[in-house]
Amino acid sequence: MSRLLIEASTPLCLLQDAGRFGVRHLGVTQGGAADWLSMSWANWMLGNTLDAAVVEITLGGFTVLAEEDCVLSLAGADLGARIDGQPVASWRFFSLRKGQVLSLTQPVLGARAYLAAPGGFDAPAVLGSRATVVREELGGLDGQGRALVRGEHLSYGGAATPRPMPQARIPDFQQQAPLDLILGAQNGAFSGRSLFDAFNTAWTLDSRADRMGIRLLGTPLEYQGLAMISEGIPLGAVQVPPDGQPIVLLNDRQTIGGYPRLGALTPLALARLAQCLPGTQVRLMPVVQEVAHRQQVECLRKLSER
Amino acid sequence: MNPRVEVVAVDCLMVRLFDEIAEANMPWMLAASERLRAVFAERLIDLVPSYTTLMVHYDLLALSPIQARELIGEALNNLSPDARTAGQCHVLPVWYDPSVGPELALLSRRSGLTVEQVIRCHSEREYQVFALGFAPGFAFMGLVDEQLAAPRLDTPRKRVAAGSVGIAERQTAAYPVVSPGGWNLIGRTPARLFDRERDGYSLMQPGDTVRFAAVDRAEFIALGGDDTPMEAQA
Repeated sequence: MSRLLIEASTPLCLLQDAGRFGVRHLGVTQGGAADWLSMSWANWMLGNTLDAAVVEITLGGFTVLAEEDCVLSLAGADLGARIDGQPVASWRFFSLRKGQVLSLTQPVLGARAYLAAPGGFDAPAVLGSRATVVREELGGLDGQGRALVRGEHLSYGGAATPRPMPQARIPDFQQQAPLDLILGAQNGAFSGRSLFDAFNTAWTLDSRADRMGIRLLGTPLEYQGLAMISEGIPLGAVQVPPDGQPIVLLNDRQTIGGYPRLGALTPLALARLAQCLPGTQVRLMPVVQEVAHRQQVECLRKLSER
Repeated sequence: MNPRVEVVAVDCLMVRLFDEIAEANMPWMLAASERLRAVFAERLIDLVPSYTTLMVHYDLLALSPIQARELIGEALNNLSPDARTAGQCHVLPVWYDPSVGPELALLSRRSGLTVEQVIRCHSEREYQVFALGFAPGFAFMGLVDEQLAAPRLDTPRKRVAAGSVGIAERQTAAYPVVSPGGWNLIGRTPARLFDRERDGYSLMQPGDTVRFAAVDRAEFIALGGDDTPMEAQA
């Protein structure tokens, strides 16, 4: 078993995996890595199962000291990672020798970095997952839903079979392409004008953003339907509260809710959104479920290629 | 009942069974849940029931949207409400007291009932669990007597004590853990509503029925209740 000593952390540095499933009917949220694609690649580079537990580092402020020689991988945002002060690029695996320090300081490109270790970081599975949900006191190192803190140890026991990240698969976080939104739910009950505005105007990411949801600011959207009865909310749902400013619901959202929705972002769009900082402008593009399904299956097949 | 299936996400479909909240929906909802679980089997990731809907989250590597729709059609074919699927009945002890239920007086004023009558009115009914949500083990129950119906607080509390029993409109619920909340609080239960060591985790499941039984402070404490007043926790 190898260990990393956490020398610095923030409330936004969390142990995550693919999320908690099979218990949402009990009001338990899904949780899991906000950028599932970067988490998957971080694990892929070490030969882990794609949903092994990783550290999600949002905006930086995270430092670990290696207590033994080890091989780790980093994917997702460039948070200015350094080993003993020397820059280390994201989207690669690297050796960390005993006594060396890996630090992630602040966003250079993107918002969330994923640190993986051989076999995944050790933590008890709580309701089938290690995903940390602070609000629900579930998951994380001790199973009680706490963020990682200075002085704790991250341990892991797997053997690495490292392989380089295929360059062509590295997502471009500067990409300006619109975010695909699967039309559905109550989209037919918005005014024609609002349906036009939703897909033809720019939306600015508000600073009111967390793992429950990200608010988008722009031309207010007008829902003309009846008041809703609460219903299940899928990952990526774009809900519109009475102020007309959409909220994209993320991994730690509540399980049911009663605001009308335009539909839901695709998983690939969500992975990109999770890397956008407040103030970023995004556009939305309507897609149908069948097209999004084919796109996602293709993406998952590429990830499962050995 | 004329179920409709709607697209909600890449791997989720919404099965809409009813348009209004009603206690009579429940046998149908339970029968549909059971059939959907059986038909989707290991291809089901999550089934999220609410008052009138069932959200089916399926494995998109195993099923295309069209195949998922076909399975839903198969599951709902010749559906009939099944009395055998009726849920469990729970009795939740509640200490109704202004110190842990600061809105008892407000509900009394609104309804014109005395505090004792408010307590009796809330505890003499049998409620149905319509849905779980908001937090793990948080059960939305109803319907409370119209006299007790009251809107949520204008400003939600930042911190509601675990076990707090509240009313919002014609629904009642108990908070499993400390959380923010805007319901009108009338008492507190010592019952452990969500326990990761328990089989099934949540004390209450959709379709269960619940009765509240008034207990005094001594019994509440004996059952493990925490009598710290609401105000002191704000």
